[in-house]
Amino acid sequence: MKNDLVLRLVAKLLIPYILLFALYVQFHGDFGPGGGFQAGVIIAAAMIFYGLIYGLPAVRNVVPEPLVESMMAVGVLIYGGVGVAGLLLGGNFLDYFVLDPDPVHGQERGIFWVEVGVAVTVSGVMLKIFYMFADRGKVDLS
Amino acid sequence: MAATVIALGRSRNLFAVVVLSGVYSFMMATVLVAMDAVDVSMTEASVGAGISTVLFLGALYLCDSEEAKPLHRPWLPLGVSVAVGGVLVYGTLGLPMFSDAQAPIHQHVAPHYLQQVMKETGVPNVVTAVLASYRGYDTFGETTVVFTAGAGVVALLRQRRRRKEAPS
Amino acid sequence: MSDAQGLPGLLGHFSYFVTIFLLVAGLFIVIARGNLIKKLVGLSVFQTSVYLLYIAPGKLVGGTAPIINPAYTVYSNPLPHVLILTAIVVGVATLALGLALVVRIREAYGTIEEDEILLQDPGAATEDEVR
Repeated sequence: MKNDLVLRLVAKLLIPYILLFALYVQFHGDFGPGGGFQAGVIIAAAMIFYGLIYGLPAVRNVVPEPLVESMMAVGVLIYGGVGVAGLLLGGNFLDYFVLDPDPVHGQERGIFWVEVGVAVTVSGVMLKIFYMFADRGKVDLS
Repeated sequence: MAATVIALGRSRNLFAVVVLSGVYSFMMATVLVAMDAVDVSMTEASVGAGISTVLFLGALYLCDSEEAKPLHRPWLPLGVSVAVGGVLVYGTLGLPMFSDAQAPIHQHVAPHYLQQVMKETGVPNVVTAVLASYRGYDTFGETTVVFTAGAGVVALLRQRRRRKEAPS
Repeated sequence: MSDAQGLPGLLGHFSYFVTIFLLVAGLFIVIARGNLIKKLVGLSVFQTSVYLLYIAPGKLVGGTAPIINPAYTVYSNPLPHVLILTAIVVGVATLALGLALVVRIREAYGTIEEDEILLQDPGAATEDEVR
């Protein structure tokens, strides 16, 4: 697909907007439909799109393997970190209202960071699974 | 949607089956919007019609793409399925009607969430607030499940690097 | 489609019938087809129909999506949405693992048809080799 001009051009035009839409869905998830899962999947879909059009080495340059693998784990750690922060500040695990002097603002902060953690993990896992499937055929065919 | 699923069951070309499953997911997402489930619809459209189709195509590339002719006539599975369907129909006749405002599902916790969510969390999207705050433990478990699935796929599909490819 | 008290008799349960048909179709594909990938597709059809099973009773005609807005008073129930959101993501995780297993089976047996796998390895069907 690398040589098909129309596909390459359309991909180059669309991918920034897809990523922007993913960020919009992530951060606007409090006020409209959306949230962490949807945003993570859309980011992964944009990267997979890039990989399908430009080839696996190109997408590996943009998102190298160690980054993807660490993204998988970091998201869960962020989520757990928010929970532990609640513990350290005096509440129970995953209590948000202790994160800030104003309990409602504390809830908003907690929800924000939790959704970030979820999006990071989901996008990392989806992209990693794509890498694994795409890699599998290579060694057998050579 | 029924027509899509029947075509999906009868088709033997696996590529067509995968494309039909993507079509089915999109139609399901539309039905979910009609049910006012906007978050769920967005997730089903992106996950079911996007990621699922990509994964199926990836697996299909690594396997054959044609299904073998079935050896036996599927009367027993058809009978079992129809029997299960009959039992389920009998069971659901006792459930509340469509859009019944007095159903138990609308009585206990849901009105509390709908009324309290602005005062307690300040987040208008009730689904996000419930997911991230009221039922935060479940979402933590789910994130762990996603991580475990990724780790499982890595464990299953990782290559022993016997043949070293040239570093890119 | 129906007013707030629901149409009497069978018509009020229409959404359940649709769900049950899709569920039975998915179940049939899983148990009647021998190809492993088709079984997984049938499984995902089955899962999707279960999502509908949970969300349809939460809908209130005349209500709107559960996003608080001063202009609306009636909202559809948000609780099933939360459960099904989790279910969708867990479902795709299961699907990914299932497909990874299918790929490994293909490499081990050379085929993904259930009948041919059982021919090659009859011990895979029964559990009588316990050592």
